[in-house]
Amino acid sequence: MSTATGSAAPAPQIVTLDTTVVTSWKAPIAFAVFTLVALALAVFAPRHGDTTYRLNASERDAIQVPDLVVPAMPALWTVVVLLALITAYSAWLVRAKKRVPLWLIVVFAVLFLFGFLTWAGAGATLPMIGLLFGSLSLAVPLIFGSLAGVIGERVGVINIAIEGQLLAGAFTSAVVASVVASSTGSIWVGLFSGLVGAMVAGLLVGMVLAAFSIKYFVDQVIVGVVLNVLVTGLTSFFFSQVLAPNAGVLNSPPRFPRLPIPLLSDIPIIGPVFFRQTLIVYIMYIAVAAVYVGLFHTRWGLRVRAVGEHPQAADTVGINVNRTRFWNVALAGAIAGFGGTFFTIGSGIAFNKEMTAGAGFIALAAVIFGQWDPIKATLAALLFGFASNLQNTLSVIGSPVPSEFMLMLPYVVTIIAVAGLVGKVRGPAAAGKPYIKA
Amino acid sequence: MSDPQNPNGSSGPVEPSEPATPVAAGTPDTAASAATPDAATSADDRPAVAAPEEVPPPSRWHTMWQQIVTGNALISVLSVVLALIVGAIMIAFTDENVQKASVYFFARPGDTIVAVWDSVSGAYVALFQGSVYNFRRDSFADGIKPLTETLTFATPLIAGGLGVGLAFRVGMFNIGGRGQMLIAASVAGWIAFGFDLPVGLHMFVALIGGLLGGALWGGIAGLLKARTGAHEVIVTIMLNYVAFYLVSWMLRTPGLLQAPGSSNPKTPPMKDTAIFFDLLGPRYNLHFGFVLAVAATILVWWILTRSSLGFRFRAVGENPNAARVAGINVPSMYVYAMLISGALLGLAGVSQVLGTVTTGFTAGIDAGVGFDAITVALLGRSTPWGIFLAGILFGAFKAGGYSMQAAEGVPIDIVLVVQSLIVLFIAAPPLVRTIFRLPDPSKGPKRPRPIVTKEVEAK
Repeated sequence: MSTATGSAAPAPQIVTLDTTVVTSWKAPIAFAVFTLVALALAVFAPRHGDTTYRLNASERDAIQVPDLVVPAMPALWTVVVLLALITAYSAWLVRAKKRVPLWLIVVFAVLFLFGFLTWAGAGATLPMIGLLFGSLSLAVPLIFGSLAGVIGERVGVINIAIEGQLLAGAFTSAVVASVVASSTGSIWVGLFSGLVGAMVAGLLVGMVLAAFSIKYFVDQVIVGVVLNVLVTGLTSFFFSQVLAPNAGVLNSPPRFPRLPIPLLSDIPIIGPVFFRQTLIVYIMYIAVAAVYVGLFHTRWGLRVRAVGEHPQAADTVGINVNRTRFWNVALAGAIAGFGGTFFTIGSGIAFNKEMTAGAGFIALAAVIFGQWDPIKATLAALLFGFASNLQNTLSVIGSPVPSEFMLMLPYVVTIIAVAGLVGKVRGPAAAGKPYIKA
Repeated sequence: MSDPQNPNGSSGPVEPSEPATPVAAGTPDTAASAATPDAATSADDRPAVAAPEEVPPPSRWHTMWQQIVTGNALISVLSVVLALIVGAIMIAFTDENVQKASVYFFARPGDTIVAVWDSVSGAYVALFQGSVYNFRRDSFADGIKPLTETLTFATPLIAGGLGVGLAFRVGMFNIGGRGQMLIAASVAGWIAFGFDLPVGLHMFVALIGGLLGGALWGGIAGLLKARTGAHEVIVTIMLNYVAFYLVSWMLRTPGLLQAPGSSNPKTPPMKDTAIFFDLLGPRYNLHFGFVLAVAATILVWWILTRSSLGFRFRAVGENPNAARVAGINVPSMYVYAMLISGALLGLAGVSQVLGTVTTGFTAGIDAGVGFDAITVALLGRSTPWGIFLAGILFGAFKAGGYSMQAAEGVPIDIVLVVQSLIVLFIAAPPLVRTIFRLPDPSKGPKRPRPIVTKEVEAK
């Protein structure tokens, strides 16, 4: 800001530079790659028959939506033509020195996905509600984890320990919920104490991360990586040594039942996907909204972002940088710990060694993919959830592609998207740097 | 673990000392170096450098002397001791005999203490006997076998740690060790079981193929970062999964990697002409890969400290903007660094298939080394010989952990806890000093703090 006005005054011709938009050919190239993939599917692996998209959750719903039946090959060819048009349009935009708008990318992605689904599901029925419902469920820990990552990095502390926080949450919630539920006899008391226990566990991991990186100035990446190993070791050790011999008492967690929300759950398509979930998912909606509003529309968020972008400036106006960082990293840990409950009491599965299986790292990728924005990170996490569940669904209906390639797909798409569309992202300026007060 | 949880509580003796020194050295420098894992090292070096108020920097010997006096070695030893104490507490608390005896602790406390001693000493003696020397064996040749096991386990850890550490020095975080190892192992394994070549040449070709495979997989991340700015953390994580599923698919597809006539996702055994020969005869598992790991350590040391490429690597790692201004092609440094890093992790993968598991491999051939390598690199502070020693230490924990699990029933996961605590403690010397009530070397009168500098820095 200050540099712009300062330099504009003596040299007015600099203002003309503002109209120059730096464009790159990455988006058209990425579009072209995906278009060629779709074209290759249509040419080299044609599949005939109709693809049925089932849009009903069950036969008992009040409002029935008819199935959508699409002839596979004509639909795929239409999609290929449309994709080629979009690619050409984006190339024209770049040539004309204009930006490729976000909506075009979204339209392209949806079209490509539709084309692929139609091709893969030719001659079969795709249960769309189950697909989307499962995607949302699988995305739950990723979303909580990415929220934790967003808060941590916005306040200036890189949180690589998301994996550890998820795992700590999963472990603690399983143990606490099992013990409390069996001793009080009430499932709900057990479940809620499991939630609290998971948050406390995540909070503790976050506090260790905060203490080492803020008080002892240890490199944040080191602490994060090491905490992941530490939590993995601790939970695995206690699992083998304590939980496994006493599984009946310590590791048989109750499960959160699904709670359909009365009116909303009757809405066709949206209702069964979003409003017939468990309490954890409803809390997730609130958490995403709260973090978004909090970060960008409250004093708390302004302080968090100030501390993460320019700690000296924040300090100058009287914000206690290190205290802000400490408590927000701890809060982020609690959020991630909450997300860990999905693995155990959210799904009714007993704790097992390393059961988070890299979800924390995927959440980390979602944070960067989502450009440190809670909403975008949530969408990125949803994308991962969708891709994982797509594989499950397609393997049920008999996918033409080897299942490994379907499992690989979300990761390949992410690489292409990160390289082609997101490109060089800039995180909070002070993330990863300890603030050493002069 | 209860100590670090109140940093805004009684932080008296530690906090003011550490921040003071970087001020004298200049804040921008601190900010630049803090992004690299060397932050802890540089924070330690600085008191030694900044202490005497002279313009020329002190000689290397002087710095080294200062480091020994201020107790870096002592801190390392105490960190290991602390981590082992925490491990001992965990072993004792979860031991069945201790739990039984502690029920009547107040009646007969001696029983509990004996049970604690039995469980802890038993576990740690087994750890030692499994990793260094087994006194229960008659001959020296049998007794020393655990040490060779340690070196065998250390081989991939050293190679992988060097790869991760080299990337760290260039300011990149290579979490993709798993993928790079898997691809390298697949290429090397495919050459090793699928071709008939003369002895020696076969091994060499398989080794080179594996290194190229690892370099290729790492190079993708470097190239994407250089050309498009894609964050290497995302790309390497994603490439891990891609490699895993790719290798899984090849392992279950006849004609690719799957053993003929088998339905298991496993390769046929490696041909004898390709496998690494035993260094100490057939009695021990130690293989030629360890020599390669030593050679890799020397090579990385040479690259980093003696070559112009290494100078550019370190310049980019310290401050990419300054490096670019100085005329260094930063993107190409990213590519070269990831190629070398991937090749080193590839060496880890090759030593797994050609040295350790020669009877055919599955998709779990990486054995978690890709992630362990990160911890090894952190413990070694990204310096080649530090990584070498850290790799041997972690190899010892791994070798000893298995024998501890077999002999005493203590889960090997305790090793993870001890390893991570060692890294944590070594990275935070003030914490260790506080616990052991050691004097802080950077405290005291040798602290010039001109008030003018402070005012200027505040802007």
